[in-house]
Amino acid sequence: MKIRMRTIGLIGYLTLLMLPIYWMLNMSLRENNDIMSRLAFYPHHPTINNYVQIFTDPSWYMGYVNSFAYVGINTVISLLVALPAAYAFSRYRFLGDKHLFFWLLTNRMAPAAVFLLPIFQLYSELGLIDTYLAVALAHTLFNVPLAVWILEGFMSGVPREIDETAFIDGYSLPRFFLTVFLPLIRAGVGVTAFFIFMFSWVELLFARTLTITEAKPIAAVMTRTVSASGLDWGLLAAAGILTIVPGALVIYFVRNYIAKGFALGRV
Amino acid sequence: MRLTLQNVGKVVNGKTHLYGIDLELESGSFNVLLGPTQAGKTSVLRLMAGLDRPSSGKILEDDNDVTTVGVRKRNVAMVYQEFVNYPSFTIYKNIAAPLRRTKHLSKAEIDVKVRATAEMLHIERLLERLPAELSGGQQQRVALARALVKDAPLLLLDEPLVNLDYKLREELRSEMRQIFSYGTTTVVYAATEPSEALMFGGKTGILDAGRLLQYGPGLEVYHRPVTARVSEIFSDPPINLIGASIGPQGCRLSLNVVFPLADHMRSLSPGDYRVGIRANQIGVVNRSGNGIVIHATVELAEFNGSETYLHARHGDFTMIALLNGVREYALGEAVSLYFDPSRLFVFDVAGELVAGPEWKPYNTKAA
Repeated sequence: MKIRMRTIGLIGYLTLLMLPIYWMLNMSLRENNDIMSRLAFYPHHPTINNYVQIFTDPSWYMGYVNSFAYVGINTVISLLVALPAAYAFSRYRFLGDKHLFFWLLTNRMAPAAVFLLPIFQLYSELGLIDTYLAVALAHTLFNVPLAVWILEGFMSGVPREIDETAFIDGYSLPRFFLTVFLPLIRAGVGVTAFFIFMFSWVELLFARTLTITEAKPIAAVMTRTVSASGLDWGLLAAAGILTIVPGALVIYFVRNYIAKGFALGRV
Repeated sequence: MRLTLQNVGKVVNGKTHLYGIDLELESGSFNVLLGPTQAGKTSVLRLMAGLDRPSSGKILEDDNDVTTVGVRKRNVAMVYQEFVNYPSFTIYKNIAAPLRRTKHLSKAEIDVKVRATAEMLHIERLLERLPAELSGGQQQRVALARALVKDAPLLLLDEPLVNLDYKLREELRSEMRQIFSYGTTTVVYAATEPSEALMFGGKTGILDAGRLLQYGPGLEVYHRPVTARVSEIFSDPPINLIGASIGPQGCRLSLNVVFPLADHMRSLSPGDYRVGIRANQIGVVNRSGNGIVIHATVELAEFNGSETYLHARHGDFTMIALLNGVREYALGEAVSLYFDPSRLFVFDVAGELVAGPEWKPYNTKAA
């Protein structure tokens, strides 16, 4: 009996969690006037027209391309910067190392809006506005500190003796790092990439402010459907579903390591 | 390679780990660094390897000053207490790693060396596996193989057998004796167990609290410890150190036992001393005939394989006797312990050895 109660409870909880997503999926497969006219728990006349429109209209699908572009650039930059930094924090003692390490995290304590004005002004002067690089660079401000913290935790879990053995065996530092060390922390790199990806993917403020048309992210494109004739419910729901998919895919690949990532690698 | 440490000290965060160590290791010698944990054995090895820089003093390889030369530029091999291998490499790649990085050998030459070394350590059938798939003993064999294959002139072993179980330790130890018996490599082996120092032969250095107390041939250090502390470190079970005074009536132990002076104690002037008796020199039968008896009560009898450690109390002093065979004693049982006064070490109050039992170095190279 006890087990059944628990099962019912879990099913109820899961239903509550999945309901909005299901409702969005439901809407994305219906026509607009159908959505507006009646309550339907499943699409009575399912249609994929909304999806077709997104995949055929450049102003829609370019939103995804733009998002992927700056998220990708940001992930690469953040990892390239954070890997050596995390190694240094993990292996070397230098003047002010602990303060610097903490200062990194304080970058995440201020609301993003605080940095918006200086960054917008600076990028305008540099002519970076409306480029992928603008958004990618702005996001590193938040992603590099997080990446350094997560990676440092994973790296400190690797015994220092492995480094020393490699140096005794004649490895140079870059070669050791690439051939011996990176494979040991690849789960950590994966989790870090996931956190970077997720932040950059869902961040809207910077992505919208620093872009105009050329690099407009999908989340900004979605606000476009508000028009004189009202909202295009079905199209918006389809875009929403497509926006969830990449995140879900990434989570699937790192599902076994996410808990360790949330603990900054210190489990 | 001859390795020389000149007044080498190490200070970390204001704490002194090593006090001015002077040591000269001959080329091709086997050296055991013996000392309790925290004695500074690992610190010394790390300095020898070039992993750390000394805070003071000089390190010479042959006649070259290598004090500031980093580990990558030195030609050393090292085995850690923990089983350190490259987890993402197969055993084959693990053993081949130092050859690929330091020597310019062809693939075939590397292959021959890797397989020969693996065979020597009986891991030739594991070459395709990953380190995590091996047992602890096999993992340490891989680490040893990686150190040996490099054929470095200096091989450092930091308690390589400590994390293995008893049987594996014995097995690997006897194999290592054979491996090290031929070779021109200078070997430094850190150990906490006196038996390891004696088993490998060679020279022994006694380290304690960051100081090198004595360095010399293992048996000489065993039979002629310069201080009471050396004899303590180089005895397992611990040597029995008892306060004593020498007067006109002979030697009086603080246990209220009086006995005439043995031959080697005759020259000592009257006064206070400490005497040391190794546990294996105390028995429950008066074997030599002129043994001195101590009446004591049993506190504990531990069995260690085929031996018994008997802890017995006399007054407020507990002494340990090492008896052959497994012998059972009841708690509080009265026992008579005998020791031969001619086997006594006598230390002065400061701990310096002033008289030791008769011992002649066994010299195989008869002139």
